[in-house]
Amino acid sequence: MSILKSREAILALAILLLLALIASRFPGFVTPANLGKVFTDTSPLILLALGQMVVILTKCIDLSVAANLALCGMIAALMDGAGIPLPVILLTVIALGAALGAINGLLVWLLGIPSIVVTLGTMTIYRGSIFLLTDGAWINAHQMSAGFKAFPRTVIAGLPVMAWIAIAVIAGFAVLVNRTALGRAFYAVGGNPHAAVYTGISVGRTQFAAFVIAGALAGLTGYLWVARYAVAYVDIAGGFELDVVAACVIGGIAIAGGSGTVAGCVMGALFLGIIKNALPVVGISPFWQMAISGSAILIAIAFNARANRAPGRIILKRAEHRT
Amino acid sequence: MSILKKALTTAALASALLATTAQAETMRIALVAKALGIGFFEAANKGAQEAAKELGDVEIIYTGPTDTTAEGQIEVINSLIAQKVDAIAVSANDTDALVPTLKKAMDRGITVISWDSGVAPDGRQMQLNPSSSPLIGNMIIKLAADNLPADPPSEVAVLSATTTSTNQNTWIEEMKKVEGNYPNVKVVGTVYGDDLADKSYREAQGLMQTYPDLKAIIAPTSVGIVAAAQAVTDAGKIGQVNVTGLGLPSEMAGHVKSGASKSFAIWNPIDLGYSATMIAYHLAKGDAKAEPGAKIPTGRMGEVTLDDKTEAAMADPFVYDASNIDQFSSIF
Repeated sequence: MSILKSREAILALAILLLLALIASRFPGFVTPANLGKVFTDTSPLILLALGQMVVILTKCIDLSVAANLALCGMIAALMDGAGIPLPVILLTVIALGAALGAINGLLVWLLGIPSIVVTLGTMTIYRGSIFLLTDGAWINAHQMSAGFKAFPRTVIAGLPVMAWIAIAVIAGFAVLVNRTALGRAFYAVGGNPHAAVYTGISVGRTQFAAFVIAGALAGLTGYLWVARYAVAYVDIAGGFELDVVAACVIGGIAIAGGSGTVAGCVMGALFLGIIKNALPVVGISPFWQMAISGSAILIAIAFNARANRAPGRIILKRAEHRT
Repeated sequence: MSILKKALTTAALASALLATTAQAETMRIALVAKALGIGFFEAANKGAQEAAKELGDVEIIYTGPTDTTAEGQIEVINSLIAQKVDAIAVSANDTDALVPTLKKAMDRGITVISWDSGVAPDGRQMQLNPSSSPLIGNMIIKLAADNLPADPPSEVAVLSATTTSTNQNTWIEEMKKVEGNYPNVKVVGTVYGDDLADKSYREAQGLMQTYPDLKAIIAPTSVGIVAAAQAVTDAGKIGQVNVTGLGLPSEMAGHVKSGASKSFAIWNPIDLGYSATMIAYHLAKGDAKAEPGAKIPTGRMGEVTLDDKTEAAMADPFVYDASNIDQFSSIF
């Protein structure tokens, strides 16, 4: 019973069910090789969802992640065009992503503007900056160096580097969130900001840290994205921020902050990733695809709402009895 | 001599002078771009110069605003009116905003046509479209068919933009109408990449999984064709699955060289500038009329026929392959 109550167990079950359903229509989907491909394809979503998770834990939201990704990806491609070596590019995009995240964080922290407004604004600014940088021109496969495109694809022990990066970041996040003071602070700030202040945690600074982490991951993903699809232009990853938030919601990260796990977040991303990869092969009409993705999100939210309601009611009932 | 008489003589003299200069001088045709410095329009200018050389008595004034605004174009057109050019051929930044200015030009006897990006019918005598939906629909399936064996029929799939993109839907519809003419092509399905690189990539991967014998992917969208080519490359299926459709040479150069795409099509800006100049020349000279059903000769491109809306389609989309990709990839 307690296992069934765990959100992660339910999600894992849902994923297995989904895989079984897909396998019944297209057996080739569940071969280890293909599942590896699906995981690799979902890596960018996992990376961004983990970054988004810590932001949402602190009661904020970052809508600028996809624009941040696109801007950093474009800069990575431009730097590659200028002949700058890959390690330098990687460090630069991570630093740049973190800086873009820091802008969000500072505006939320120092000016106290709601994060949804801040990031809605910076999202547009970051996208617009790409246009200013390039005049809307594309950077195409033949304008990128072979090494630049090959790095995320290089296969080590059966999986491409891209997937290994996602695995490393998942492991890093498990440690960060569960074993460090900052990790505890994320939950404390989101769970009860006032109590967090009394325990000596700065709410603004913690939110700032969350935005910087999300930004750095978006920057790194920007490079991976551009190298994987071998094309960089203004609109890459357009609307991806919504997928990222959806992955978090499906993974049980409470939008109100303070609750959620790394495992849940990763599974939420995988759930979406599996749907995205399976829909093209199971022969479902494209007109239904969006409806199916949307339903998955709604069901997850309904689940969340139910899970959170029960304890709240009990407290209220007790309070009613006393008065 | 009274002042009136003096004025009259001057006027007569001036008109006489004007008439003689007009005869002696070459015809001046202005080619107005959406903005200067765009490869596509520079290439169109190249075509216009070629037409001018062929015609002999034509001078091309290639001009345009510095950025793609209707205001900038209005300014440019006003100055062309002041210069009394014989014809203006414009690729408009705005369908309606240019109409009053262009009307003024036509009132002064200047021939006005639009090309590439059209002007509302009130503001021009005719519009030259690079191609037409039936021609495009036919071309995209022909590109796939040309690179496939004659027998047996090979599986081919379409990767489109969104389910609601008017252009792509029209082209695919036109393509299906002529499918019977290409017995070696069996269109197995249409998927939608939403003009997103990642979704198009995934859909292309899905196509290759669903149809293991797939021989070609037709992507009539510039995002889709690049993403599909990359997906084919990553799947190690170059030579097995040919990616074709509509794309830009600068964006497709790498994939044509790698062999992922044997050929693809898009309008040729050089031909477009050439044809626009030819049409403007014949209309300004008066040996052709811009009315529905009229045929206007366009030199080496043959001729165009005007439809009910006085629009004409130039030709089939131009095919780009390994032999000419380098020449065009630097242009647009």
